[in-house]
Amino acid sequence: MISKITHTCIYVLNQDSAYDFYVNKLGFKVHTDAPMGEGARWLTVTPPEQPELEITLFLVAEGAMFDKETVKTMTALIKKGTFGAAVFTCKDLLATYEELKSKGVVFKKPPAKEFYGYEALFVDDSGNWFSLTQPV
Amino acid sequence: MKQYEKRYLYQRIVKAKLFIDNNYFNPLNLDNISGEAYFSKYHFIRLFKLLYGKTPNNYLIKVRIDHAKTILAKGHSVLETSMLVEFDSPTSFTGTFKKHVGMAPSEYRSEQEIKRTAIKANPFLFVPNCFAETHGWTKQQF
Repeated sequence: MISKITHTCIYVLNQDSAYDFYVNKLGFKVHTDAPMGEGARWLTVTPPEQPELEITLFLVAEGAMFDKETVKTMTALIKKGTFGAAVFTCKDLLATYEELKSKGVVFKKPPAKEFYGYEALFVDDSGNWFSLTQPV
Repeated sequence: MKQYEKRYLYQRIVKAKLFIDNNYFNPLNLDNISGEAYFSKYHFIRLFKLLYGKTPNNYLIKVRIDHAKTILAKGHSVLETSMLVEFDSPTSFTGTFKKHVGMAPSEYRSEQEIKRTAIKANPFLFVPNCFAETHGWTKQQF
């Protein structure tokens, strides 16, 4: 029986810029930042109150995993805002919205009431979008 | 409360919170923090606690301890760290750190040093093999 998620991936276009976005803007904690040789880097962060869930900031780059054509396609799709990567939750959406906005985070949708609570949508520095919710 | 009034109120509290986030390394007291939000001290503490679940002072301590963890993880000494996060003395820093983190700063620093060394020596210990394989990362590289 599956019990938990330990790792999940967000595909990013630049790991330095993703580090700044997730750590300095969203307030996530760095779990592991390991150089893997030849410019490769294993970078994982955790949400502030969920230290056991590692989010891998996976670089979309040509190599063993992606060929040149795939990198081109994925880059275009991520930049276009095709991928919704996760749903985050917070205790107070309006306060979190104001804070993130003042740090330069771009919102696609301001806080609004939905049937499950309050929700806003923001995008990361690559183009992935996220739902930010406050359950009722 | 009307929506725009609530939003304005939130913006002022958030501004004070960000003031703490950006000035934790300076001597701060409640007067200059509440002044930042243009509130009376009492009103400010009440609203801050409502939004962040902590009084501004307790939040400031949390921010200082979080930054201390990052600084210690980089290998700085306990004395240096306590000064960088604006504690009165290494003794009060050690006591507060222990209360929040569950171990002494020196112990935390050693733990992080062991992790740093292990990552450098064998990063594969920290990467699930499936990811390493798909990236084409091999143990022979290290």
